[in-house]
Amino acid sequence: MRPFNFAAATEPTEAIATVNDTPEAKFIAGGTTILDLMKQYVETPTQLIDINGLPFSQIEATPSGVRIGALARMSDVAEAAIIRENFPVISEALLLSASAQLRNMASIGGNLMQRTRCGYFRDPAFPCNKRVHGSGCPAINGEHQRHAILGTSDKCLATHPSDLAVALVALDAIVQVRGPQGERRIPITEFHLLPGNTPHIETALQPGELIVAVDVPKALFSKSSHYLKVRDRASYEFALVSAAVAMEVQNGTITSARVGLGGVGTKPWRSGEAEAALQGQPPTLESFREAAEAALTPAKPMQQNAFKVELAKRTLVRALETVGEML
Amino acid sequence: MGMGCLDRQQRISIEKVTVCSIPKPLPTVPSKPNSAMMDITLKVNGKAYPLTTEPRVTLLDALREYIGLTGTKKGCNQGACGACTVLVDGRRINSCLTLALMNVGKEITTIEGLATGDELHPMQTAFIKHDAFQCGYCTPGQICSAVALVAEGHTKSDAEIREWMSGNLCRCGAYPNIVSAIKEVAQGGSNASI
Repeated sequence: MRPFNFAAATEPTEAIATVNDTPEAKFIAGGTTILDLMKQYVETPTQLIDINGLPFSQIEATPSGVRIGALARMSDVAEAAIIRENFPVISEALLLSASAQLRNMASIGGNLMQRTRCGYFRDPAFPCNKRVHGSGCPAINGEHQRHAILGTSDKCLATHPSDLAVALVALDAIVQVRGPQGERRIPITEFHLLPGNTPHIETALQPGELIVAVDVPKALFSKSSHYLKVRDRASYEFALVSAAVAMEVQNGTITSARVGLGGVGTKPWRSGEAEAALQGQPPTLESFREAAEAALTPAKPMQQNAFKVELAKRTLVRALETVGEML
Repeated sequence: MGMGCLDRQQRISIEKVTVCSIPKPLPTVPSKPNSAMMDITLKVNGKAYPLTTEPRVTLLDALREYIGLTGTKKGCNQGACGACTVLVDGRRINSCLTLALMNVGKEITTIEGLATGDELHPMQTAFIKHDAFQCGYCTPGQICSAVALVAEGHTKSDAEIREWMSGNLCRCGAYPNIVSAIKEVAQGGSNASI
């Protein structure tokens, strides 16, 4: 790890100003991503601002749903009654993430800010457009078995690793951020950016901006939601593919559906195609299969990750069946 | 940790600065004073330990290299194996992925702090009884994790124990006996309260 200066923040304005004014300064919360990457010289901040003392760890009901503080730990959010009862897809996604130890450490804001697990990104011996803009992407002609099939570009195929974010895109969550100019709200679907020609720019955050909370609106479909994760081993592993689904059915017709996909996208993937295919249809296996076909129509598989197309379809169908049985 | 783990580009840049072409170990304990050195006190197993460290020292390295409590093990050093598991304010965490100075003012419990005098913690007794280890390297992390697991209450079935212990890897494959040991303690066995 490169040497760096460290300061613990006691109030947000000062922390934001310090990070905004100091080149290569970063916030640290749980530390599980940034310290790992600092040990590998992928992240080399000169200054860390510890934000754990800031008052952003509450999980509280709001008139429209729930506000999850950015510093709330994954384990606490997963176990919170308000989350389990009203937004099961969030609790399930969190409990299928990482390990018990990491969930005790990692914050919700940090979860959204975690970097890709692409092996080339994490090894400075290789070029990587995400790590060093314009240096190249070895994954295109190299190892890309675990890489994305949706939202890719000829500059980057890296998969976004978060399970939580996939649940949040399905539930229309809003990321509340505070910066040098005050607070603003960013829809979660606009928070993470497609790689395009600039894979090194990963989020909509501006310099100095800090995530303070995630707002999740309560909808009729929130309670009938589910997260299904498929991986190479039974536990403590990133998704090969995953599906976050929420559905509302009235009089035998799907009146509203939400579909998020994980492990397949360069960002947490919301499938408008699948949602449109489900709308107005009966909640049957046939409808679910048509939605899965629609969701994967835009997929651009490569040689080694072509299996993800069929696996994602089956995962989405299974998740929809599970929610269909709840209704 | 040696310089062999750095990539060529980094090694070259370091060589330019240090005019050193022979890879040599990067010292964990800084060999010369750093402007960013900080005086902190860690409370480990009920005892206060004042230390002077660089900010980049992890809790794991502070425990092992500065305080001398080597029961906590360094396995992967990247949060993948669980060998470094300790309890901080009663919660299990990976001590390799937190900085020492982020844990000031907290109650840190390591494997050395579980026994009461010569009387082993029930989880330690159960691990011995059930032969829940072979080489023993992952065992301090397994036991700290298991103590927290029982307190969390995620022990209703073998499957639940396995799922909630998945952050602790055992390359010897002692998993069945680890599950047996935890199950016994969760059911009030090995003759003591947690």
